[in-house]
Amino acid sequence: MGMTITEKILAGHSGQESVAPGQVIQVRVDLALANDITGPLAIERFYETGATRVFAPEKVVLVADHFTPNKDVESANQCKRVRAFAEEQGLLYFFEGGDAGVEHALLPEQGLIIPGDVIVGADSHTCTYGAFGAFATGVGSTDLAAVMVLGELWLRVPETIRLVFHGRLPPWVEAKDLILCAIRDLGVDGARYCTLEFSGNTIEALGMAGRMTMANMAVEAGAKNGIFEVVPSTEEYSRGRQKREGVCYSSDLDASYRETRHYEVSALTPLVALPYSPDNVKSIYEVTQTPIDQVFIGSCTNGRIEDLRSAASVLKGRRVAQGVRLIVIPATPECYRMALKEGLLELFLDAGAIIGPPTCGPCLGGHLGILADGERAVSTTNRNFPGRMGGALSEVYLTNPAVAAASAILGRIGGPEEVL
Amino acid sequence: MVDTHSAHGTAPLQFNGRVWKFGSHIDTDVIIPARYLTTTDPSELARHCMEGIDPEFSRKCAPGDLIIAGPNFGCGSSREHAPIAIRAAGISCVIARNFARIFYRNALNIGLPIVEAPEEAIETAEEGDVVFMDLVKGVLMNLTKGTSYHTMPIPDFMQKLLESGGLIPYVRTRCRTDTQH
Repeated sequence: MGMTITEKILAGHSGQESVAPGQVIQVRVDLALANDITGPLAIERFYETGATRVFAPEKVVLVADHFTPNKDVESANQCKRVRAFAEEQGLLYFFEGGDAGVEHALLPEQGLIIPGDVIVGADSHTCTYGAFGAFATGVGSTDLAAVMVLGELWLRVPETIRLVFHGRLPPWVEAKDLILCAIRDLGVDGARYCTLEFSGNTIEALGMAGRMTMANMAVEAGAKNGIFEVVPSTEEYSRGRQKREGVCYSSDLDASYRETRHYEVSALTPLVALPYSPDNVKSIYEVTQTPIDQVFIGSCTNGRIEDLRSAASVLKGRRVAQGVRLIVIPATPECYRMALKEGLLELFLDAGAIIGPPTCGPCLGGHLGILADGERAVSTTNRNFPGRMGGALSEVYLTNPAVAAASAILGRIGGPEEVL
Repeated sequence: MVDTHSAHGTAPLQFNGRVWKFGSHIDTDVIIPARYLTTTDPSELARHCMEGIDPEFSRKCAPGDLIIAGPNFGCGSSREHAPIAIRAAGISCVIARNFARIFYRNALNIGLPIVEAPEEAIETAEEGDVVFMDLVKGVLMNLTKGTSYHTMPIPDFMQKLLESGGLIPYVRTRCRTDTQH
């Protein structure tokens, strides 16, 4: 019996010829990640084990990105604890201040994501790295602490659901719409404990930013990980960045899948996930009369330079509607710098946007863009649960960056073709 | 580290208490909103437990109470603050149709007993019912309704994890063994 990409990586990391879904295995971890929210708890647990040193200081990465720049004394204290631990342990990769950015955009840029690796992060969107043909999954702080000590994690080998996308993307339909389409179809628990493996000619034509957007939201269908085969665009992105050589796996032709779903994308419209669930997905044209108070363009889902370019192509020479706050946050310092060089930041300012420093802030209702009770936002992020971005009665509508930009101009949900 | 004995029962992993009922897809943002993640203090987190869905919850809930909920309990963020808040609020056990993957691991890792139960057991349970849950035997009795259901017995590995108080004591033992060899 053949194996999938995920099964091959897990077999290789558990010292076995092959593994099958359902099997509980102990895997060797190549990279462990935590942030300023999950890190402090993981560090407490780390010391509780009686350990004094992490298993490998070059394999434990800490990023201060959620409540940073520190939003209050408590969050500053949390960052301070993370920094102290990084210094004590001599971690090679601790990112804070002007070196930090949204972790799942930052680590790929830093060349830390290697095809064929097993990456475990105390953040649910760790699954983003599947875009690079790595097995990457989110865990909690205690699991992460155990990994920091042992360099290993127990896992159940997931079943794989194959999602095959066919056809050319219509104008203003982006990777975000493909993953929203899949989540609508699967439901928020439709891929619970499973792998989502993405393929098809639509995917072959998709760049790394789009692949990261899709892998990022695999967890919104309940998946353990999302994964893509390594393609020339992966290698092109990683050239000059990647810290070491990886192993590129493909699924065998006779690999077994729980199911395979096919999507024809050429008739797809831009989509929106309505409150309060990422699977409550409709065409934007069904909700164009919805007035909004805020638009957020950023996050580990859609805060990369490609996303900012897409938003800029809609915002260029236009103004945000009266009464709407547009917040744009480049996900990393590199992305910020590119946006600056390309003139995007000026273009956003001219449009009336607020430009924030790289941070996860608004996405999780942390800071730098909290919604009041009853307010409504269009956001390029990944979750729209009750109170996610602020007041318990606030509402979040998830879209791609071009639709978010158009909505900011219109003052209501709408497509780019309405303003261009 | 964790008291896995019920307030009333004597055997480990048996729980007897009042039910708080929740729906489907209860996400970690409503269990503990992100604005409270500036602390790791369990009692502080407990004060805001379930605040995103019921701001009064932490005041109403008493030690030994159980939560019964629909499918995909704990979906969303990986924040371990969610099961910590639930445990620190005094909840002895969470019974759900099923759990989101990361929450499931987190709960067991910190020693919060959780169990999957059949749909009928979940649907018929009402807030305020008194139930008896035996995790090892896999039996859920709704004492108010006079009904009894089989639940998925927890795997040996998980049982050991819960009985030893979570993953940390397990790792501590592993470290000790590794040093000895």
